[in-house]
Amino acid sequence: MTDITHDVSSDFVEPRRGLVEKASEWARTNLFNSVLNSLLTLVIAYGLVRLAIPLFNWAIVDATFSAPNDTVCKAKGGACWAFIADWANFLLFGRFPAPERWRPALVIAIFVALMLVSSRARLSGKALLGMWAAGVAVSIALMFGGFLGMEYVETDLWNGIPLNLLLTIGGCGVAFPVAILAALGRRSRMPAIRWISIGYIELIRGVPLITVLFMATVMVPLFLPSGVTIAKLWRAEVAFTLFFGAYLAEAIRGGLQVIPRGQYEAADALGLGYWRKTWLVILPQALTISIPSLVNTSISAFKDTVLITVVGIFDVLGDVNNAMNAPEWRSAYWEGYSFVALIFFAVCFYMSRYSQRLERSLSRARPGPRRN
Amino acid sequence: MTADVHGSMSGSAGGRWWGHPRARSLIYQIGAVALVTVIIAYFAHNAAVNMARQGIAAGFGFLSREAGFEISTTLISYTPADTYGRALLVGLLNTLVVAAIGCVLTTIFGVLLGIARLSSNWLLRQVTLWYVEIFRNTPLLLQLVVWWDLLRISAPGPRQALQILPNVFVSNRGLAYPVPVGNEIYIWMLVAALIGVSLTILMARWAKRRQERTGEQFHTILAGCALILLPPLAVFLAGGAPLELDKPALAGFNFKGGAIIGPEFAALLFGLVANTSAFVAEIVRSGIQAVSWGQTEAAGALGLRRGQALRLVILPQAIRVIIPPMTSEYLSLTKNSSLAVGIGFADFVSVANTEMNQTGQAIEVIAILMAVYLTISLAISASMNFYNRFMALVER
Repeated sequence: MTDITHDVSSDFVEPRRGLVEKASEWARTNLFNSVLNSLLTLVIAYGLVRLAIPLFNWAIVDATFSAPNDTVCKAKGGACWAFIADWANFLLFGRFPAPERWRPALVIAIFVALMLVSSRARLSGKALLGMWAAGVAVSIALMFGGFLGMEYVETDLWNGIPLNLLLTIGGCGVAFPVAILAALGRRSRMPAIRWISIGYIELIRGVPLITVLFMATVMVPLFLPSGVTIAKLWRAEVAFTLFFGAYLAEAIRGGLQVIPRGQYEAADALGLGYWRKTWLVILPQALTISIPSLVNTSISAFKDTVLITVVGIFDVLGDVNNAMNAPEWRSAYWEGYSFVALIFFAVCFYMSRYSQRLERSLSRARPGPRRN
Repeated sequence: MTADVHGSMSGSAGGRWWGHPRARSLIYQIGAVALVTVIIAYFAHNAAVNMARQGIAAGFGFLSREAGFEISTTLISYTPADTYGRALLVGLLNTLVVAAIGCVLTTIFGVLLGIARLSSNWLLRQVTLWYVEIFRNTPLLLQLVVWWDLLRISAPGPRQALQILPNVFVSNRGLAYPVPVGNEIYIWMLVAALIGVSLTILMARWAKRRQERTGEQFHTILAGCALILLPPLAVFLAGGAPLELDKPALAGFNFKGGAIIGPEFAALLFGLVANTSAFVAEIVRSGIQAVSWGQTEAAGALGLRRGQALRLVILPQAIRVIIPPMTSEYLSLTKNSSLAVGIGFADFVSVANTEMNQTGQAIEVIAILMAVYLTISLAISASMNFYNRFMALVER
């Protein structure tokens, strides 16, 4: 018995190998491990090269980085980054008064900083909430101006990326308490409360965002008493709030559903009433669990804000479309769209990676068996 | 504190009647319903006053008035002289067609992408990973606009049209392709194909029973293909092989003859499929990964090849994890088709938007929009739930 079970691993001492050998072995197992895979690798590699070379030539080699108009670009045949350089301020900030553009720039900086801090530093929920609330308040104040010598700027002139950011964060922020109430309401034992919550959530989730936006921009003026008007931007914000609220509510409901029954019973045993039980025991756990899906919902919300161009408010996509109406840059479609795509990709990719990291660490941190 | 504890246990806070849980629940519910009713009544009142002031007649009477606007893509006959109601129907059919084709293509493409994400080939994994990341992390509206410009601006004009297949032309006017001229033989070919399909189903049942009884396998797929394809071919040849194509040909600045898919429709369809497939790929990938590795090993131990293991062991189990999130992808594809309004395709929302601007009947039009989308959403959810239950029954 003991004879047979001698340590097998000592028979296979890994020989020291060079980088080339390692690389070739890696290629054998990962790229050429069967006839089909070898063929596939070659076909994909060929396709990538065929795609990459013209793309590289277009974007870098033949590109024009500074020029007064697109005739130079057309002559060189490559990308016309001069358009972006020339119109950068307009693309980012739209029609915001030129001397005051440091204000929306600061707003962008505030939100980027908030995103980086929230995803990097380990802060408590309260600190995060306070930080974001303060950030949004300062941003709105900065955009409005009218104090400390800053010129007052109407909401019609709030364009570009700051608008996308404000709509997302303002919308999700206002929608968050609504969503918590709707999620709790949907699980309530009171039929009237439950049906009102279900009605709201399913009505909104069953229709496209664009119809909610139309409703807010076209119907809200009809719903208000005559003489009362709300700026178009706030009407759109109402639509986003209603829309995001329903999706956030479902994300929170997901968190509520995995709280084990024992937590409710323990809170009951302590003699806590409904609101204290919810506030002190259930919500802190449910919200922590639902953070990844809340972040994912916010990412979709950020992407959805470009729909605002359809109702005639100019966010960054609207700015690009407007800029391309300039006669000297008629042909700069791809450059403008690449610019917008890159901004959205950077933000969404970073935040989605953050959410994935969070999900992994949460699933490690949660003790006990999985429950439904 | 003690009173509170006592209260919630005995169900009467200090003995007051409104402290009783049932009374309190009733008060909350009446309060909530009253609040919602008051808000709706207030809005309705304001709307009635405002519309009366603007001289808009409430109601759906406008649906039978003449629409007076053109729609470029129509499935049923439509002219500007037709009614608003018919225009809406045209838009709705366009939406339904995009959604239906989109869902089918998305399923096929998404499942392939999802499997490719788990390939043992590193290069394929990386390519699909970046495909998914790029399409998931940029706004759909932007993607649609890019597809549209790709087809509209960067595509060659009709005179320089690209001939990708014989008689199939790609140009900035869309995709022109030939259609066969109607012949009664085609109906008989369809009948033959349907007979082939039913024979295949019978054969598959027989083959399965035989395999369960004796363990002998039967080439069901090969025989099925033959059964479905050969009879129509035989009918076609017996009928003298009447193949007369209506080919698209350049006439002036556009194509005449054949059929044409406009750049708006193509952009919307490509955009939706490319985008939703990225989401479906992730669902399929995580669904496959949710099936425990032991299943793959067991399938290998039984001597199944990789493809067989995937098809016979892994996918049937993964599909139960996949169906619920797939439902929401179908729903979002259908709802996202409303972004057609951004690229000028006459879908339901675009038509409704035009009517809203022309008639000022905002409330009615938006009510129709919401009601129709809710109905579509419910129909998709219901049919997917039915499918889900059907699949769950197979479980032990």
